[in-house]
Amino acid sequence: MTTRYNFAFFDEGSKREIRRATLKAIAIPGYQVPFASREMPIARGWGTGGLQLTLSLVGKEDVIKIIDQGSDESVNAVNIKKLVTKTTGIQETHNTTEATIIQSRHRIPEIPLKEGQILVLQVPIPEPLRYVEPSEYITKRLHADKEYSGAWLMLFEQIMKYGNMSTGADHPVSVNERYVMAPSPIPRFDNGKMNSSNALILLGAGREKKIYAIPPYTKVVSLAFEDYPFEVESFEDKRCRICGGKAVFMDELIDEKTGEKYYQCNDSSYCLEKLKSELSA
Amino acid sequence: MAYVAVKGGTIAIEESIKRLKYERLRKREILSVKEIEAGMRGLIDQVMSESSLYSEELAAISIKQGEGNPEESVFLLRAYRSTLPRKHYSRVVNSEDMIVERRISASFKDIPGGQTLGSSYDYTHRLIDFDLINEKIEDALEWLERFEMETDEKKDNVHGGKMPKVLDYLRSEGLVLDCRENNKEPKDVTKKSIEFPTERSERLQVLTRGQTGSVTTLGYAALRGYGALHPTVGELRIGNLPIYVDNPLNDSKDDEDSFYIGEIRVTEVETLIPIPIEKERGKTELEFEIGYGMCYGQNETKAIAMSILDYCLETGNPKYSTHDEEFVLLHIDSVEATGFISHLKLPHYVTFQSKLDSVRKTKKGE
Repeated sequence: MTTRYNFAFFDEGSKREIRRATLKAIAIPGYQVPFASREMPIARGWGTGGLQLTLSLVGKEDVIKIIDQGSDESVNAVNIKKLVTKTTGIQETHNTTEATIIQSRHRIPEIPLKEGQILVLQVPIPEPLRYVEPSEYITKRLHADKEYSGAWLMLFEQIMKYGNMSTGADHPVSVNERYVMAPSPIPRFDNGKMNSSNALILLGAGREKKIYAIPPYTKVVSLAFEDYPFEVESFEDKRCRICGGKAVFMDELIDEKTGEKYYQCNDSSYCLEKLKSELSA
Repeated sequence: MAYVAVKGGTIAIEESIKRLKYERLRKREILSVKEIEAGMRGLIDQVMSESSLYSEELAAISIKQGEGNPEESVFLLRAYRSTLPRKHYSRVVNSEDMIVERRISASFKDIPGGQTLGSSYDYTHRLIDFDLINEKIEDALEWLERFEMETDEKKDNVHGGKMPKVLDYLRSEGLVLDCRENNKEPKDVTKKSIEFPTERSERLQVLTRGQTGSVTTLGYAALRGYGALHPTVGELRIGNLPIYVDNPLNDSKDDEDSFYIGEIRVTEVETLIPIPIEKERGKTELEFEIGYGMCYGQNETKAIAMSILDYCLETGNPKYSTHDEEFVLLHIDSVEATGFISHLKLPHYVTFQSKLDSVRKTKKGE
C-alpha cells in the first residue's frame, strides 16, 4: 500500500473550502470564521491553523518563510517548513523581504512587511473573551452584540490588582472599530505592527477551528484606558549583543560563563541581515 | 536556550528523528504489519474508532510506526484521513441488519433470540498466562483446527446472523416510548466545524470519535456522582454491518441498484435510563429513556460510556459538567487534547519574556 500526497498535502476541494472561509474572514475584519479544520501531520496546538492557511494558499511561485517565536531555525519552524517544502517543492527563505507568505508563531517580523505579502499567524486561543467566558455559545453572542465589557473589565481588574495592565502577550485589540480580537500571543511590542499593515494578516486556529483576518490598511487599536495607556514591553537602553540593534524585541539570555544577563534580537533573521549589511558596508 | 539557538535546529531535529528510529529497532526485532493486524485486535479497534477511519491495515501500519502508542497512531491516521476526498456516501445503515457475533442484555435474561456471549474478556480471570511466552505456531494451528471443527458441528443450534432488537420488545410492551425514525441528513463535524447548540448527529459523531479513556472517564463521572443517573444496558451487540452505496452512475437511489462495498465491525449499545415523568394530579410514573452508543470495532466500555454521555447531553442538566455539551464535546478528542497539551513543550520564550516584563512592572509599582 503506497500512497502519494497531493501538492500542498490537501486535496483541492479541502483547499478551496479553507480559502472560502479565508475570504469571508477578510470581508469581515476581526470576525472569527468557523471552518472545518483538518487533522494535520503536525500536532494540534503546534500551528495547524497557520499551516492549513499556508497550504491552502501556496502556489508553485510562492516563497515561504516560517518562524517560531522569532526564529527561523526553532525546532517547530523547521518542522513546519520541512512539511511545506516536502509537499510543494517551493522555495524557502529566511529573508523577510523575499518571502511571499510568512507563517509565524507569536511574532511579527521586525522588518516592515510589504504590499502583496501575506503574514499567517498561528493562534492557540482565538477567543479574546475566553478567559472571562468559557462558553463558545455565549461568546459568539457577545461578539454579535458588540458586548465587550468582559474584556474591559479584565483589563480594569488587572490595573486594580497589579497597578497596570498585565496582559503579557495576546493583548486584545479592536479591529476596524467593530470586533475585539485576540492578536495571537504576539508580544504587546508587535501589536502596533498590525495597525494599517501593508501586508494581509491571516490568523488560523486549527484546534479551535477558526480563521480570522486583518486586511491591509485596517485600523487596529490595542485596548487601553485614557489614564492607563497601552504600553509595550520595554527594552530601553538594551542593545543586541550580536548586532548592536536597538528598539526591537529582545531575548534575555544568561551568559553561561560569567552568569551575566545579556540581550539578543529575538528576530534572528533581522539580526543576521543587519550583521550582513554592516559587514558588506 | 537549549532548542531555539539561532542556528542548528535543523540538524538537531534530524538527529532526534534518528534516535526515534533507533528506539524502535534497538532490540533487533521487527514487528510485521501482518502480525500487528493478527494479534493486536484490541488496539486496532481502539485506534480505528478514535481515528474514525475504518481500515485494519492502515491502523496496523500506524501502530507499527507509533510503536504501539495509541495517541500517536490515531494522530497518524487522522492526518492521513485529511487527505482523502469524500467520493461517496453510504446508504443509511440499519443496525437490525447486523450479523451478530455477541449480544447481551443486562435488563432481560430471556430476550427474544437469547443471549449470545460471543468473545469477551468479561468471563476470564485476569491472571497472566505465562504459557504465552513459549506459544508455538504448530500448537496454535492445531488448536484452531479443532476449534473450527467443533463450531462447524454446532453450527445448526448456534445463533448467527440477524437478531431482533431488545428495545423493540420493550416498545411492544409499552415500556419505552416509540420514537420515530429521524432520517434527516446528519451534520458532519469534519466537514463543518461544530457550533453550539449542536444537533444529536454531531454529538454522536464527536462521542464515537472520542478518546477511549476520556469518553470512559466522563461516562464514569456521570454514573458515579456528576450526572445522577443509573442506566442499565438494554442491549449490547457486536457484529458486522454491511455497507452499501448508491450507484454512482445514475441517481436511481434504488435498493436493487446499490453496491455492496464491504462490512464494518461495530459495537452498538442501547442503555435504558429510568426517568420519573410527572402525570396528572401530582402522580409520577417511571419511564425509560434511551442512551445510544456505537463505535468501530469491539470497544464495549467506550460504547457504553458513550450511551451514557449521549443521554446526558440530550438532557443537559445545568448542574453537571457531564451534561454540558461544550465541556464534553470540546475536550474528548484525542488529537486535539494531546496536541494542545503537548504544545506546552514548544518554546514560549517570547510570550514568557512578555509576561516577565509585566511581572517586573507590577513589582516596580510596589
